[in-house]
Parts: sequence; structure tokens; C-alpha cells
Amino acid sequence: MVAFYGTEVTSRLMLGTAQYPSPAVLEQAFRRSGAGIATVSVRREAGAERAGAAFWDLVAQLGVRVLPNTAGCHSVREAVTTAQMARELFETKWIKLEVIGHADTLQPDPFGLVEAARILTDEGFEVFPYTTEDLVLAERLLEVGCKVLMPWGAPIGTGLGLTNIYGLRTLRAQFPDVPMVVDAGLGLPSQAARAMEMGFDAVLLNTAVARAGDPVGMAEGFARAVEAGRLAYEADPMEPRDMAAPSTPLIGKAFLE
Amino acid sequence: MTQDITIIGAGVVGLCVATELTARGVPVRLVDHQAQPGPHACSWWAGGMLTPFCEGETAEEPVVRLGQEAADWWARAGVEVHRKGSLVVTLGRDRAELDRFARRTERHSLLDRDALAEVEPQLDGRFDRALFFRDEAHIVPRPALTHLRDRLEDNGIEVASEAVHDGLTIDCRGLAAQDVLTDLRGVKGEMVILRAPDVALYRPVRLLHPRHPLYIVPRGDGVFMLGATQIESGERCRATLRSVAELLNAAYALHPAFGEAEILEIGVDARPAFPDNLPRIRRRGDTIYVNGLFRHGFLLAPALARMVAELVLDGKTPEVMDEDQRER
Repeated sequence: MVAFYGTEVTSRLMLGTAQYPSPAVLEQAFRRSGAGIATVSVRREAGAERAGAAFWDLVAQLGVRVLPNTAGCHSVREAVTTAQMARELFETKWIKLEVIGHADTLQPDPFGLVEAARILTDEGFEVFPYTTEDLVLAERLLEVGCKVLMPWGAPIGTGLGLTNIYGLRTLRAQFPDVPMVVDAGLGLPSQAARAMEMGFDAVLLNTAVARAGDPVGMAEGFARAVEAGRLAYEADPMEPRDMAAPSTPLIGKAFLE
Repeated sequence: MTQDITIIGAGVVGLCVATELTARGVPVRLVDHQAQPGPHACSWWAGGMLTPFCEGETAEEPVVRLGQEAADWWARAGVEVHRKGSLVVTLGRDRAELDRFARRTERHSLLDRDALAEVEPQLDGRFDRALFFRDEAHIVPRPALTHLRDRLEDNGIEVASEAVHDGLTIDCRGLAAQDVLTDLRGVKGEMVILRAPDVALYRPVRLLHPRHPLYIVPRGDGVFMLGATQIESGERCRATLRSVAELLNAAYALHPAFGEAEILEIGVDARPAFPDNLPRIRRRGDTIYVNGLFRHGFLLAPALARMVAELVLDGKTPEVMDEDQRER
């Protein structure tokens, strides 16, 4: 079991709720994946007089914990306002903090992210910052009070997988006790398994499932990969080596042809 | 059938049902708080694409199959149907999206640069590849709605503003029926209408982009409809700067000549949809509900109108009927 801000969750898979062909497919994908946490964007759907409420009710009916996000926010002020709105809407202190620095690649703005994380933490939020694998940035986020980190695998929606293995490994090794979720850039279950084998606590993805030809089947694929990767990590995998090592002793074998 | 059937709602669904029943000799009454088709109905803001095969990229099988009835139905109803197919293109770095779209859909052919130039001369040199859905079509929605309305009037059917509640009622109110159909939700859409006399396109063009798939439909006389966002919200007003900027950027990316276009209208409304985004027919007592056509109003209304007529006249259970409670 992994705990985020003291809340234990059984599934190490988190799913986004955007871009599915329909809410019905979204619901089936969640059921099949067993995901325990759903991220929800509040910004675009908000509008006046809770106009997005029908969709949020559908998400609430999934019976999973909701992690609202500030997707699409490009400034500190915008992200903070969106977080405050999310807290009211979903009655949760959790916020996945995104402050986008580059409109085209959706790369996080590290400076704005730290500032927004500081403001929100001071206001009592439990912040899940969407960040790069940068070590120094991670340190700053922890200094301002974040107790979870969400480093990217690759830019949002690319499906490129873990593009900087070295950086992610360093990050994991540097902060072994901080719960870390690899967020964004995953396209295939094998990439999710890899992240879990490296000791990350969970993965979060959206596009890879929502935009698959069969989102429900892909959701199960990811669920199994996450489980496989975690089992491998916990089982302390063997070290790779250059020379072949027979798994059966040769001495005492009756015939050698 | 001695008593008139009351149809509530004179949007695309209500008008198609009224037209279909009238054509089969069933007397109907049409009720709407507005006498003429107009901006109060979500179908006023529609694209008018009759592109069932393209819709198959995200929509489920019934949409593709039932949508194939649309072009012939509209032509029979006397509406001008432009059977020129539709195109799908991507900008250079999103090439993979085109392959994916091709995998997920059927009845298309791949055009190279030269073949595209033959089909749509003004796109010459702008795209290396395009998917051509030869069997698809489009109509111009507002004249189509007005035509159905006028033809019903020619048959002596006026739009009454008050419902007389007796006998069989067919409820085609769209999102307004949320008061009784509790699993109905609104999906907000924003659109822009442009006049660009320098641009000549003859068929709908979809521009694929991983974040915002957008389309442009020619309306004739240099007018184009640019659509449409899809936001999980029941809001029927407030087109945002972000959405409109995305739409306008897509037009500009498709052809720089759109840069000089005049913005005629910015529209916004919410489409009625059920959780699986598929349409439903429901019978509760004396009322038949037809709803949830989502972004496929003009594409699916003909098939649903046929099903309603078959239900009323022959007692045939529609394949999209998920509830049948005659006693209430």
C-alpha cells in the first residue's frame, strides 16, 4: 500500500478522465483498471452555475478518490484560483498542480510551479506537483511543503515513455521516502511497468487509455503492467551481468554431448 | 389512428419526426415555444456534416450504420445534399494521427499531394497526404430546418406554442428534457461562422490535431462554418476566447487565406447526450422520448424518425429503445 498525505490507496494506477469516447467508456475503463484515483480538470468545464456538474457527478459515481487538477493553467494566479475552485467543488484538500510554461510542449514552468506550490501549501492544500525529473526543482518543491512528487516520463500526450531514465533513477534514489508518481508521457503498459520496476510508487496516465482503439482493454493492460512492475520491484530483481550463468549446475550432469 | 400525435420540440429531431410521420399519412401537431427554427435550438448551430464513416473514429457502431441513412433521407425531403465526400488532413508533425484515423475508420482512400490538388485545388501544396471519404456528404443546416418547417406548414401543420395534453406525445425537446430524462447531460460546443470569399473548398475538411480535432464546412457563397469544441458542460452560453482562438487557428493552419476572413458569428450551445453518447428512444405511458443525438443531430435524426414511425405504426421495437413502460 502507498500513502499520499496520509491516505492509503490500494491501486498504484491513477487515470485521467479526459478524451474518452463517452462517459460510459470512461466508467468501464475505470472498473476494468481498478484505478483508485481519478484526476479531473475543473478549468474548462467550470462555467457558470456548476454547468459541468453532470460530468463531475459521473466521475463521483466511479467510487474512486478524486484528484482535481489545474490542467491548462499558465500562470501562478490562474493555478491558485483553479485550485481554490476545485477545493470547493470536490471538497478535497488534494490538488494536482500544473503550471504550464510552454504552450506547445506543455512543459511545466518550474518557477511558477514552486511559487504556486508554496501559496497552496500555506493555504492548507495537499499539493501533487506535476514536475520534470529535475533534481533541484524537486528539492525546492519539497522545501515549500510538497510531500508527493509527480515527475513526468515525457511531455503530456506524447506516449514516448521514460525519456530520461538516468534523471528519474537519480530522483528516486535521492528521495527514497517521498511518494512519487510518474505522470504524463506514457503510451504503453511496458513503459508503466518500467517505471514501477524502478521503484516509483504509482503512475498516472490518460491519453494512452482514453485514445486507444479499445480504452477498456488498454486500461486492463496498464493495470496488469503496473502490478507486474511493482511485484518485480518488491521481489528485488537480479542484477544484469555480462557473462552467461547457467541456471542448472553442469557438474553431475550425466551426459555432455 | 384517429387522434393527432403531438410532437414537442421543433429542432432537427422534432422536424424530422414530423416530416416522417406526415409522409406516412399520420396527422401530427407540432409544439414549440418558437414558431420558426432559430438560435434557441441546438441544431441551429450544427455543422451539417453527413459523415458517418468519419464519425466511426470515436463513435460506436450504430452511429456509423444508422448515419448512412441520412443523405438519402434529406434528399427525399427536398433538401439540397452536397455529395462531395469529406477530407481529413493533418499538419506535418501530427502525421501519425492520420494513420490512426485511417485504421479506425472505413470507406476512405489515401490521396497524395497531387490527388488532393485534383479534389480540392486550393489545398494544393498544403498537405502531403489526405484521407478522402468519397461516400460522405454535407447539408446546410439552417435552410434545411427552415425547409422542413415550411413544407410541414404547406401540409397545414403550424407550430403551436402550447401543448394540448391528450393522446400520444413524442418528446423531442433535446437538453430541455433533462427534467424527466435524468441521465441526459449537456456537452458544450462552440463554433464560428466566417466569410472568406478568397477561399474555395467544396467539402468538409477535418484537421486532426492531438488536442483539438476541428472541421470546416463550406456553406456556399464564401461562407464557412468552423467547429466545434466539445466540453463536458451543460453551459449554453459564453464562448471563451481560448476556444475561439483554437478554432480560428485551425482555420488559419488549414489555409492562410482564412486570415482575411470576416467573422460573421460566434455560436455556442450544449448538445444533449446520454452517458454512452448514443441516442435513445424511450416510452413512458403515452409519451415517446427521442433524445441524446449528441453531435450527430442531422446525421441520426432521419434514422430515429424512421424508428419512431415504425414504432407508432407497426409496433416495431426500435433498436435504440432502452425503456418501454406503457403504464405509468
